[in-house]
Amino acid sequence: MKKYIDSGKKDTRSGFGDGLVIAGRENPNVLALTADLKGSLKMDAFAAEFPERFIECGIAEANMIGVAAGLAVTGKVPFCGSFAEFVTGRVYDQVRQEVAYGNTNVKLASSHAGITLGEDGATHQTMEDLALMRALPGMVVLVPCDYNQTVQATIAAARYVGPVYLRFGRPSVPNFTNPDEPFEIGKIYNLNPGNDVTIVATGHTVWEALQAAEALEAEGISAEVLNVATIKPLDAATLSASIAKTGAAVVAEEHNAFGGLSEAVASVVVAGTPAPVEFINGGDKFGQSGTPAELMAAYGLDAAHIVEAAKKAIARK
Amino acid sequence: MKKTIQELNDIASQVRRDIVRMVTAAKSGHPGGSLSSTDILTALYFNEMEQDAATWTREAKGQDAFILSAGHLAPVYYAVLARAGYFDPKEMGSLRKFGSNLQGHPSVGHIKGIFQPSGSLGQGLSAAAGIALGKKLDGDPHRAFVLCGDGESEEGQIWEAAMFAVHHKLDNLVAMTDWNGMQIDGPIETVTGIEELNEKWLAFGWDVIVAEGHDYESILNAFQIARKQDGKPKMILFKTEMGHGVDFMAGSHKWHGKAPSAEQCAQALEQLKETLGDY
Repeated sequence: MKKYIDSGKKDTRSGFGDGLVIAGRENPNVLALTADLKGSLKMDAFAAEFPERFIECGIAEANMIGVAAGLAVTGKVPFCGSFAEFVTGRVYDQVRQEVAYGNTNVKLASSHAGITLGEDGATHQTMEDLALMRALPGMVVLVPCDYNQTVQATIAAARYVGPVYLRFGRPSVPNFTNPDEPFEIGKIYNLNPGNDVTIVATGHTVWEALQAAEALEAEGISAEVLNVATIKPLDAATLSASIAKTGAAVVAEEHNAFGGLSEAVASVVVAGTPAPVEFINGGDKFGQSGTPAELMAAYGLDAAHIVEAAKKAIARK
Repeated sequence: MKKTIQELNDIASQVRRDIVRMVTAAKSGHPGGSLSSTDILTALYFNEMEQDAATWTREAKGQDAFILSAGHLAPVYYAVLARAGYFDPKEMGSLRKFGSNLQGHPSVGHIKGIFQPSGSLGQGLSAAAGIALGKKLDGDPHRAFVLCGDGESEEGQIWEAAMFAVHHKLDNLVAMTDWNGMQIDGPIETVTGIEELNEKWLAFGWDVIVAEGHDYESILNAFQIARKQDGKPKMILFKTEMGHGVDFMAGSHKWHGKAPSAEQCAQALEQLKETLGDY
């Protein structure tokens, strides 16, 4: 299979911070807003280079979303940065009214998403954010898989006109995508063509999916690996074609069972060519404290679980 | 072209007729607060704001902007916009009907003049603060206005925005409260008290102006004071009466969100002079 090399572990939130500086140089209307999480969101470099375009909102996320919408009305491109839970669940109505229904050019920069937030525990580990954001008409939902792709996704989000939810994470993870490949909103990236099963992954589970594909290859199973970096709008054509070819699929996401990539893929599969699909997600549970690796294993989101799920899906053909 | 106080009174009388007729035809909506804030919005659109229907754009470059945070006051907002030339007054009859440009609460993309949707309370002050900050960043000397209900100040986000606007020295932000003392469930002080409202805004660091919301001299004087560029956002607390101008609605929370019957409508219209021609 195609070989992917980890060029050195990096956190995806740093990809956001570095991408934001590039976007800021490209467009003087790009602004960064945060609710007392400048450092966590890696906005320091942007704030240092563009001090007048960095707007500290304090611990008042609801107001931050409204202010961002007002700024967007005047032609600005505000990125609102906070933890995933605090730019989605905490402010869902503000996002719905001011950003989605108002169709303002606001970017929600969502860090520390999912279970890999780790030690802070369930209060901060949102596993529901994709469902919330997918449900909003017109909201673009992006989940890049590593540092390089997060840099590019941030630049693409700034160029796109309209509401965007950009999800990334806290831990250092393998960095393996091509740093020069521009991010295309709405495109599924086929990382490894295969014939027996399609592994559909997003965010941190993409690396796990590649590890799983290697393990499956050693057992003579050819797995196609799709990196769904745009959850909405979903590239249904690529997805359907892949699953029609392989005849079975595994969906792997760092999100609970409801309303995320699992259900998005399922709705495409049942509307097209039905095929057995297995789901790797956080189920119907909250998170808990632990290291990212411990939690990925405990919640069944790692490569070993993907391998088992792939075999199950193939057996159901 | 600034209007005389007589002209403003005449426009307001027509706007009140429009409100009563629109809500009656729609069989639902919010006449009480629309009537209490009629004089504020009439003075704002016809005498104070630098905003022009013919050249209006949502970005508001080189113009003032307005957000109706208390979005349920859509009837007065639509009536004032129509009478100020933002859309054909004939459209007023379609309020709340299927396919209408006049949605039950303000929406963007349907008619000119609306910068942000509203109706989920407590959010408009933040959006207006964002517009005011955007204007500061652009070096545009124009201002952002926002009208809130008094019951709306029970929302926590209002106070988040209050701190933000002071911290960022948004003296180009003019907030107004329709201080009629009523909310859906009854007099505000029996629901969840908000007084002393002026002391609260002063404590948050705003310039606070208290004015009579049905007296144009007082309203225009308040707007004059609010032009001060002293680094502080402005809050004008307009003392008003719910249902003002229609005797059986005046002062009663029961008309917060109820449409009059055809007979009640006729009775109300007898009290409101037709000055600009009904739509």
